[in-house]
Amino acid sequence: MDHSFHRPKLQLLFIKSIIINKKIIHSLFEIFSKYTHTLFTRLSNIIPPLSLILLSARANSAWELNMVESATAIGREIHGLHMTIFYICVAIAIIVFGIMLYSIIRHRKSLGAEAKPFHESTVVEIIWTTIPLIILVVMAIPATNTLIAMYDTEASDIDIKVTGYQWKWRYEYLNTDVDFFSTLTTTQDQMHGLETKSENYLLEVDNHLVIPINKKVRFLFTAQDVIHSWWVPDHAIKKDAIPGFINESWTKVEKPGIYRGQCAELCGQGHGYMPIVVEAVSEEDYQAWLINQQQAQKNANQVSELSFDELMVQGKTGYDKNCAACHQVTGLGIPPVFPALKGSAIALGDIQQHIDIVVNGKAGSAMAAFGEQLTPTELAAIITYERNAWGNDKGDSIQPAEIVSFKQAQGQ
Amino acid sequence: MTDHQTATTHEHSAAPATGIKRWLYTTNHKDIGSMYLIFSLVMLLIGGSMALLIRSELFQPGLQLMQPEFFNQMTTLHGIIMVFGAIMPAFVGMANWLIPMMVGAPDMALPRINNWSFWLLPFAFGMVLSTLFMEGGAPNFGWTFYAPLSTTYAPPSVTFFIFSVHIMGISSVMGAVNVIATIMNMRAPGMNYMKMPMFVWTWLITAFLLLAVMPVLAGVVTMMLMDIHFGTSFFDAAGGGDPVMFQHIFWFFGHPEVYIMILPAFGIVSHIIPTFARKPLFGYHSMVIATSSIAVLSFIVWAHHMFTVGMPLVGELFFMYSTMLIAVPTGVEVFNWVATMFRGSMTFETPMLFSIAFVVLFTIGGLSGLMLAIAPADFQYHDTYFVVAHFHYVLVPGALFSIIAGVYFWIPKWTGVMYNEGMGKFHFWLSFVGVNLTFFPMHFIGLAGMPRRIPDYALQFADFNMVASIGAFLFGLSQLIFVYNIIQCIRQRGCPASPQVWEGAEGLEWTVDSPAPYHTFQTPPDLDKLQYSNGHN
Repeated sequence: MDHSFHRPKLQLLFIKSIIINKKIIHSLFEIFSKYTHTLFTRLSNIIPPLSLILLSARANSAWELNMVESATAIGREIHGLHMTIFYICVAIAIIVFGIMLYSIIRHRKSLGAEAKPFHESTVVEIIWTTIPLIILVVMAIPATNTLIAMYDTEASDIDIKVTGYQWKWRYEYLNTDVDFFSTLTTTQDQMHGLETKSENYLLEVDNHLVIPINKKVRFLFTAQDVIHSWWVPDHAIKKDAIPGFINESWTKVEKPGIYRGQCAELCGQGHGYMPIVVEAVSEEDYQAWLINQQQAQKNANQVSELSFDELMVQGKTGYDKNCAACHQVTGLGIPPVFPALKGSAIALGDIQQHIDIVVNGKAGSAMAAFGEQLTPTELAAIITYERNAWGNDKGDSIQPAEIVSFKQAQGQ
Repeated sequence: MTDHQTATTHEHSAAPATGIKRWLYTTNHKDIGSMYLIFSLVMLLIGGSMALLIRSELFQPGLQLMQPEFFNQMTTLHGIIMVFGAIMPAFVGMANWLIPMMVGAPDMALPRINNWSFWLLPFAFGMVLSTLFMEGGAPNFGWTFYAPLSTTYAPPSVTFFIFSVHIMGISSVMGAVNVIATIMNMRAPGMNYMKMPMFVWTWLITAFLLLAVMPVLAGVVTMMLMDIHFGTSFFDAAGGGDPVMFQHIFWFFGHPEVYIMILPAFGIVSHIIPTFARKPLFGYHSMVIATSSIAVLSFIVWAHHMFTVGMPLVGELFFMYSTMLIAVPTGVEVFNWVATMFRGSMTFETPMLFSIAFVVLFTIGGLSGLMLAIAPADFQYHDTYFVVAHFHYVLVPGALFSIIAGVYFWIPKWTGVMYNEGMGKFHFWLSFVGVNLTFFPMHFIGLAGMPRRIPDYALQFADFNMVASIGAFLFGLSQLIFVYNIIQCIRQRGCPASPQVWEGAEGLEWTVDSPAPYHTFQTPPDLDKLQYSNGHN
């Protein structure tokens, strides 16, 4: 790992900071005018009568106040615990703040209140130590029971290994050949406001995790690089995915439907961009899906000769989905953290080195190893695209078969 | 002549040195206290500006102002600067100013160490801020810097980050040693432990917490340094290490750390409420016991920050129960403040307003903390905005409000000038509205499912995020009133303050002139003559 530091010269640093400041100020002005406009339109939307707000109970309804009620028995138990402890807190707050408010109103000097300098009462201290203690013990009992149930991962019907990657999820259905990655499909244009945001903005992926309803599904969590955390609020599952370790959790979903969640542990710059979509279906649909999925995977790994234009078209799609978060749609990157590909030594240099960095990643940097994440066709298309887009114009192209032989040469 | 010379060397020269040398070389606890307080104010404004940048980006869905990479740098620096640069030095500044005056001592026990522990800080934070301009950017792994994101996957600036955490740690440990030495050795004759003011008590306990856990933080960052540069694998599973061990060590420091940031606040509020209720603190003894219990318990609750890492069931249960238990002594503190107000003769000057808001809003933060303690429910709360709401409630209208209350309360003693009461009240009401507008909606978006530390969010979280951002700007900008009020006091603009300042104030610091002379209590005060009872007998 190379950890030498490139210290820019002091002058350069100074100039750099000025440029950054200028950029920030400029964008601040731009944003300010944009914000004031949206603020007023949004406010005029949200201020109308409360009844209107309550009526808008869509799936995506805004002004959501509380924890989701959940589609599993454990989830409902947790929701119940949450509401119980919440009401206990409200009761305590009403009593404490009530007494305080009473004193604030009645015992003011301006009303002629005289201080009664009573203090130190062991009896009172014992009372207000004991009562909370009893409340806590009462609360701890159901909480303990729920926790024990959550930890019971025995006797599962289906086992799925979930692996966190920077920044996507991999699902392996144990004892089957089904093994795929699930990646965000929201476009960069939507994020940057160049396109209208879709209904499930940032919560949509290419491949859903499909599970059958009314079956005990056990998840085994781990991670490839840093710690991630797999969270689906509707199923009340949140478990850290830790590199080198395996964690367990389970669910039994009762209602068919699509359930969305997100990574909950900071895992780098794409932390907000690795959602989870679970699709719960009937047992028959699940079996049919399994067969389809196995076939689809076989097909995806087969390679065929593609024309330059086909590679470029597929390459742009693949690039925008997998690479643009760092290297940007424009290929300009965000130097110095994420290098530009436009005019870069790698994109214009030796093709084997280019394949190597995409397939194996770069240790000690955010550049992941895409070799196992993408199909040979996708890899070939992306590399071709990178060598010919944004005026790189190398004119060469890579066929999927070359990727396959590269990986074979590496013993993968 | 020789007699005279002996006298001058034994007594400090009456007047402070002039110019920059006064501040560089000073060993005077009041000068050092002022420097700490001003430093923390500057850090508050820097960290606050970063918070405003974060809230601007989160004003609406989409990426408007910054890239996710820079967003992560901002959340990291905001956390580090607020915890180590704003809140902690502010409390140390107050300790410097007040502890010697409250226990009747002429200065801190270790004046030169005092100077050094302050002057380390500007270098530590200068280094932290300089990482923004480094190749690869500033640290971007959150203020909790979980490995391996902060080791194998960190930007090169992490080494500077580690070094500055070491420097901050040295500064904190020296500050803590100084506080302990002062309190144990330099109390005026007759001031036994159970006559010490609450602020002194809470700081004594805090200082022991600091001594216990800052070396642990130093240890964990050293292990990171070894992993990064010297080929060890403490936190790298590939080499036989354990990333979860990082979290255990970090939170073994981190949980007592949150009490380090709140116990002195308990002390401050325990001075202000009795003063303006014109009544002694209801249960001094039980407050001392409760504070000590919190400190002891704070060592056995750390893994409640890690309920989702996959601990064994028994571990989960242990940490759930111990965490719930800590609510009991915390409750005792709150009940005692309320009982102190009850049947008092209350007035509502700015320090009192901030203290009352402290009690209410800190309690809200405490109650959401109790909810978070319920381990099964925490699987839903963990790493969401509910947690962000919780800890900001205990740290902003908690720790920060107590500091603001303390500044308003003691600034007449420090500068000799009364602050502008009207502006103080205006500052309070804007802050009160702003802070709730910012942090209360975060409870809702957290419960609705928004993870923390994301630069962009799904559309259903948009409305409350916009409210929070508006609140943040209201809160942030209203602090400028505070800054103005402080500057006016320092510039001696305003009515001169009497030595007593507040009608109901008790304690040795109110027996000296306002402003407090450069040297106070060079001969120990006679507690009997002053009828010193600390409000209780």
